[in-house]
Amino acid sequence: MRCVKRGERVRLSLTLNGRKLSGEAEPRMLLSDFLRHVLGATGTHVGCEHGVCGCCTVLVDGAAVRSCLTLAVQAEGKAVTTVESLARPDGTLNPLQQAFQNNHALQCGFCTPGILMSFTDFLQRNPAPSEAEVMEVLSGHLCRCTGYAGIVAAVLEAANNRNQP
Amino acid sequence: MAQSLGAPVLRKEDPALLSGRGRYADDLPVPAGTLHAHVLRSPHAHARIVGINPTEALAQDGVWAVITGEEVRRLSDPFLIALKAPIDQWSLAVERVRYVGEPVALVVAESRYLAEDAGELVRIDYEPLPAVIDPRAACDPSGPLLHAQAKSNEISVRRFSYGDCNRAFEAAHARVALSCDYPRNSFTPMECYVVVAEYRASDDSYDVMANFQGPFSTHPVMARALRVPGPKLRLRIPPDSGGSFGIKLSVFPYIVLAALAARITGQPIKWVEDRLEHLLAASSGPNRITEIEAAVAKDGRILALRLDQLEDYGAFLRAPMPGPLYRMHGAITGAYDIANVEVVNRVVLTNKMPASLIRGFGGPQLYLALERLVQRIAIELKLDHLEVIKRNLIPKEKFPYRAAAGALYDSGDYLRAVEAATGGGRLDELKRRRDAARAAGRHYGIGFAAVVEPGMSNMGYLSTLLTPQAREKAGPKNGAASMVTVNVDPLGAVSVTADVTVQGQGHQTVLSQIVADRLGLDPADVNVVLEMDTAKDQWSIAAGTYSCRFTPGTAVAAHLAAERMADKLKAIAAKQLNVLPEDVELAGGRIRSRSNPDNSLPFARVAGTSHWSPAMLPEGMAPALRETAVWSPPELEPPSSDDRINTSLTYGFVFDMCGVEIDPLSYQVRVDRYVSMHDAGRLLNPMIANGQMRGAFVQGIAAALYEEFVYDEAGQFLTGTFADYLVPTVAEIPAVEMLHQETPSPLTPLGAKGLAEGNCMSVPSCIANAIADALGVRDIALPATPRRIHALIAGAEEIPPVDAAARVPEAAR
Repeated sequence: MRCVKRGERVRLSLTLNGRKLSGEAEPRMLLSDFLRHVLGATGTHVGCEHGVCGCCTVLVDGAAVRSCLTLAVQAEGKAVTTVESLARPDGTLNPLQQAFQNNHALQCGFCTPGILMSFTDFLQRNPAPSEAEVMEVLSGHLCRCTGYAGIVAAVLEAANNRNQP
Repeated sequence: MAQSLGAPVLRKEDPALLSGRGRYADDLPVPAGTLHAHVLRSPHAHARIVGINPTEALAQDGVWAVITGEEVRRLSDPFLIALKAPIDQWSLAVERVRYVGEPVALVVAESRYLAEDAGELVRIDYEPLPAVIDPRAACDPSGPLLHAQAKSNEISVRRFSYGDCNRAFEAAHARVALSCDYPRNSFTPMECYVVVAEYRASDDSYDVMANFQGPFSTHPVMARALRVPGPKLRLRIPPDSGGSFGIKLSVFPYIVLAALAARITGQPIKWVEDRLEHLLAASSGPNRITEIEAAVAKDGRILALRLDQLEDYGAFLRAPMPGPLYRMHGAITGAYDIANVEVVNRVVLTNKMPASLIRGFGGPQLYLALERLVQRIAIELKLDHLEVIKRNLIPKEKFPYRAAAGALYDSGDYLRAVEAATGGGRLDELKRRRDAARAAGRHYGIGFAAVVEPGMSNMGYLSTLLTPQAREKAGPKNGAASMVTVNVDPLGAVSVTADVTVQGQGHQTVLSQIVADRLGLDPADVNVVLEMDTAKDQWSIAAGTYSCRFTPGTAVAAHLAAERMADKLKAIAAKQLNVLPEDVELAGGRIRSRSNPDNSLPFARVAGTSHWSPAMLPEGMAPALRETAVWSPPELEPPSSDDRINTSLTYGFVFDMCGVEIDPLSYQVRVDRYVSMHDAGRLLNPMIANGQMRGAFVQGIAAALYEEFVYDEAGQFLTGTFADYLVPTVAEIPAVEMLHQETPSPLTPLGAKGLAEGNCMSVPSCIANAIADALGVRDIALPATPRRIHALIAGAEEIPPVDAAARVPEAAR
């Protein structure tokens, strides 16, 4: 493991949404700040910086993590996946995103990227979840606009559509 | 093309927001050389600032400045407030701090990380002073005084009388009284405040980007503080905002602070509020103590009402406060037909964060008292609660209805809404569930609440705060202007700008529906751009998104602007189609003769004529296609000389009914069933309307059961993280059955009313009523946490003797 001094800026490399990128960071820089302000990937949002709200959730090597509770240096050499990866390059929404639009599962949209990433991870592990399981995962996120019902409906719709033959 | 208004059109906003392509304030690029600011805040509820020593901080690499209240006082004026009272507030504390979290100094450095590091090296010495937290105690003249020059913490007292209360109370069968406390809370948008400010010395102007929500009546307040005319404070609001719920009005002191920092350093300044700062000091709804009393007839009819409302605004009165105390004023009798009312409104200051705009805006405070009182009337008169509500509801025949304090209720059929909500077996089922639970020895109660929901505020309502004589002197204030511009380009593409701020309500979608319908297009063809630039866009002091003004206000202006555009296009086309303008219609992307639809032109062709061939236009018509409409309904009159005020334009109705059960082990309140009936006139987009109502419902649940800003007796803030301030997750939210009826408003051309705040107003009182019914108690404090419910059931807990530790067995230590 590389040893870095306090205050020293180091060059980090990671794979963001399939593209190899690098940028400089102090050891104390949060992954959320590194993604947003160094790499310019502003789709990941910061809502509380103490690990409660879930806005900043991204995938690191396929697993959902709070990027505000992760240091940028911890992501070195890893594959980070954010909300920007979900739609097709032509802008077509993926089934989970489309289900969010269909079910009015977002209003201001600030918490949405984190929720999408949590369920991107979750639906890979559990493609046919029950409503209770969806609610359990969603309880790791705060949304102040919608009242959550549309989000639960959207995730279930996405799972159903994916499981249609 | 079918009408899109009234259809659940999917949102235009969503694809970008779902793809990480939103443009929120912190996402936008900043100018080269931008510095980052960090606010140092008071750890004391009340203290004198003895000295601020920035030397060590300024010696750090990358640190540009440490700005204090003295510099702010030198370069800016105190914020204007609604009262003529010497309560000076600047964007940093001057001489004294008056609440925990009050900004005391601003550290400016090359990065936020460096600014926070340096902040730890700024030495600030305080001499603590006694603080006062309880609003009743703050009214005691012998207690600590927040603003010495104001002479009292109780800075405004106004008495109002409508009808003849004395006579009604004397003649009444009975009097029923109640005291009610509404707590402090917020709805904490997920995105916090962001400001980027630049100063241009060349013309002494400020250029600021911030996620401000309005009302834009605050723009002059900021410009005056900065000592510049309005155009020299250019305020830009980004295309997306991460929620607001009223809270992002209160970014305005930070706009001024960042602007001053830009002036002092000569560099652009960026400040992003973090969540801990937001909870500590961003904004709160005001807490209110209401003493309410009714004179009632034997059958439960309310003959007269007396309210004494003491509202706590924290350490300062910020514009446009005390709005919540007056916003409901004309409608203070709620959904009931009550001719005689007396009101005492008191404004008090305490050592807490300043209170301001929050969704519901005075409604939750009023209805907790009024709806709890109606239940008490039923109990004390041994009548059925629902029956007492029904007997007092304003009957359908009386609409439009002038309420005692001046509100002109535009339309309604309250009794039908109540019958529909309680019918269909819903209430019978609730009763069955209650009886079964009670038979099994459990605590189960049923609650009701009936509320009138105002939409679009009369800009003059706050002047009811002044005496008629003072109003006369200051000049009348009234009305509320809404502005929308519809533009058609040479290729026939339609774009719309409007005087609202985006916060997630789907304004782009609804505006595109309204304009598309008038122009015979598809909503997808209408481009709506709602980022705001005060230097170039249409706006008035009423602009912004707040107090449900979109539907009764901006939506109407869009309708009018589009109608004018349609008329112009018809006149152009009539000439080319060789028919009369009355025979022209816009449909399916074409402009055609109504009597001979084959005689038609493409929309784009007619639009192009106006740009490319002005000579072909009907005589006297100006070329180009740009129409701005201003909507200002005449019903929004100034307060009358006897203090009657039509506080809003539209008045919707919400009736809620719920059943709650108290968990016998955890003392949690479980909402078993919840039914909410709405009448908001015509729904423009039922999907978005439902989203707004559900959002308000959840915030109502939050206020009723979970969220509270708690201070200890010394004024220390105890709920400073999301682990202490409990925002409900999906697991805490009960199911709700939403019902609708549509009684169109005769006062808005679209028949629609404001609708996004009603459940914030109704849910706390409905839940409180259900808990009171479950436990058979009179006083319910909100939020009804397990600790409070336990105290209600078990009585006050005995405080263990001080020597309890001494009696712990040796082995257990």
